[in-house]
Amino acid sequence: MKTAIIDYGAGNLFSVKNALDYIGAESIVTKDPAELENADRIILPGVGAFPDAMKALAETGLIPAIKEQAAKKPLLGICLGMQMLFDKSFEFGETDGLGLIPGTVELMTPPDLLIPQIGWNRLIYNEKCALLDGLCEEPYVYFVHSYAAKCGSRNVAAYTDYGGNVPACVFEGSVYGCQFHPEKSGETGLTILRNFLAL
Amino acid sequence: MLAKRIIPCLDVRNGKVVKGVNFEGIRDVGDPVECAFEYNKQGADEIVFYDITASHEGRGVMLDVVRETAKKVFVPLCVGGGIGSVEDFRDTLRAGADKVSINSQAVKNPKLISDAAEIFGSQCVVIGIDAKRNSKGGYSVFINGGRMDMGLDLGDWVREIEERGAGEICLNSIDTDGTKAGFDTEMLNFVCSRVKIPVIASGGCGKLTDFSEVFDKTPASAALAASLFHFRELTVGEVKQHLKTRGIAVRS
Repeated sequence: MKTAIIDYGAGNLFSVKNALDYIGAESIVTKDPAELENADRIILPGVGAFPDAMKALAETGLIPAIKEQAAKKPLLGICLGMQMLFDKSFEFGETDGLGLIPGTVELMTPPDLLIPQIGWNRLIYNEKCALLDGLCEEPYVYFVHSYAAKCGSRNVAAYTDYGGNVPACVFEGSVYGCQFHPEKSGETGLTILRNFLAL
Repeated sequence: MLAKRIIPCLDVRNGKVVKGVNFEGIRDVGDPVECAFEYNKQGADEIVFYDITASHEGRGVMLDVVRETAKKVFVPLCVGGGIGSVEDFRDTLRAGADKVSINSQAVKNPKLISDAAEIFGSQCVVIGIDAKRNSKGGYSVFINGGRMDMGLDLGDWVREIEERGAGEICLNSIDTDGTKAGFDTEMLNFVCSRVKIPVIASGGCGKLTDFSEVFDKTPASAALAASLFHFRELTVGEVKQHLKTRGIAVRS
C-alpha cells in the first residue's frame, strides 16, 4: 500500500507526509505521473489561492493523470486541494477546477463572523461516508479557509456550521475531499487518514 | 461555532525550554519536542515555540526542534522569535510550522507583514504585541521583549496590522504579565473592538477562573500561557474542563 502525495509546490506537503509516516503508512511526494499510477492512494494537498494552485498543478502536467487515476483509486483533496476537485472557483476571477465533484467554490459571507475561518469547528454528519467512520459525535477539526464549496447535499459527508452549513467533507465515487486539515486535527484527523487508507 | 483555543507557549533557547518571569531571570528546563508532545496529549489546540536565541546557530537548532515536533504533533504549530525576513518565514514554514509570529520586526519593518501575507497567506502571519498602559490613558507598544517604548499607539498599530493582512494578533499585556492576577481584559477589549481578526490573550493568567473570565468578558479567540503549563500548576485538560463547565465551547 503506497500513497502518492502530489507535489506542485503546496506548502503543507510535509505535514501530510509527517502524518502518514506517524500512522505507519508508506508515502511518496511526487510529480511523476507514473508514480500516481503505481500508487494505491493519492492525496492532493493545498494551501494558498485557487488560480495559482491550478496553474502550478497544470505546469506539472499531472492533471490528465489525476483525472484518469481518480476513477481507479481513492483520491483525497485537502483544504485547497479539496476545492480543486470541483468544477470551478470564483477566487480572484473564475478558474476551472478538476471537475471531479460537481459544484463550485465561492467566498463565504457569514454575517458577523470573521473571514477566514481559522480554528477548530465541529463536523455535522450528513451522508454516510466511510472516511468518517469511528469518530465521535460532532468531533472538532481544524479549519483555515475563506472560500467554501457549493454542492449538492448528496456529495456532502459532513457540514460545519459557520454562519450556516459549510461543506466540510465531500465525496463522489472514489474521490474524497476535506475542507479542514486532517493532518492538523489531532487524533480525529489521524483517524480520518487511517480511514482513507482503509477504503 | 469555533471553539475557544487554549495555547501553551514554550520559550526556547538553544534548543531548550526556558521561561522568563517578567522577561527576566530565565531558568533552563526541558526538551521542547517532549514538552510539545505532552501538551498535545493534554489537548492543546495549538502550540507556540518562542525562540529567544539571538545567534544564527540558534536559529538552525530551532528549526530542528520544529521539524522533530512536526513529526509527532498534529495540531497547528506557531513559531516566533528572531524572524526578520520573508526568507525566515519560508524556512520556518518549510520546517513544519503552520504559523509564524513576529513582534519587534513588524514594528521596525511593517512591510514584512504585507509581504509575508501576500506570499504565504494571512492565515500564517501572527503579530505579537507587547503593550503597556501609558500616562495619557492609552496604551503604548513596546519592542525588544518589552524593554523599549516605541511611542506607538496600540490602537493605531492594530489597525495597521489588520490593513497589512495579518491573520491574528497575540496581545501580551506587560502590565499583567507575570502577575498571575488574570488576563488584561480591558486591553483585550480595546484591541478586539478595533479589529476583525482573531485576538489571542496573553500575559497574566494564574488560575482556572482567569480563563473563563477572559472568554466571558472579551471576544478573544484564544488564550495563551507559558509558565502556568510549563511548571504544571495547571494542565491544558484542566483548563478546558473548567471552561466546559462554564458553558464555553472548547475542543475535547
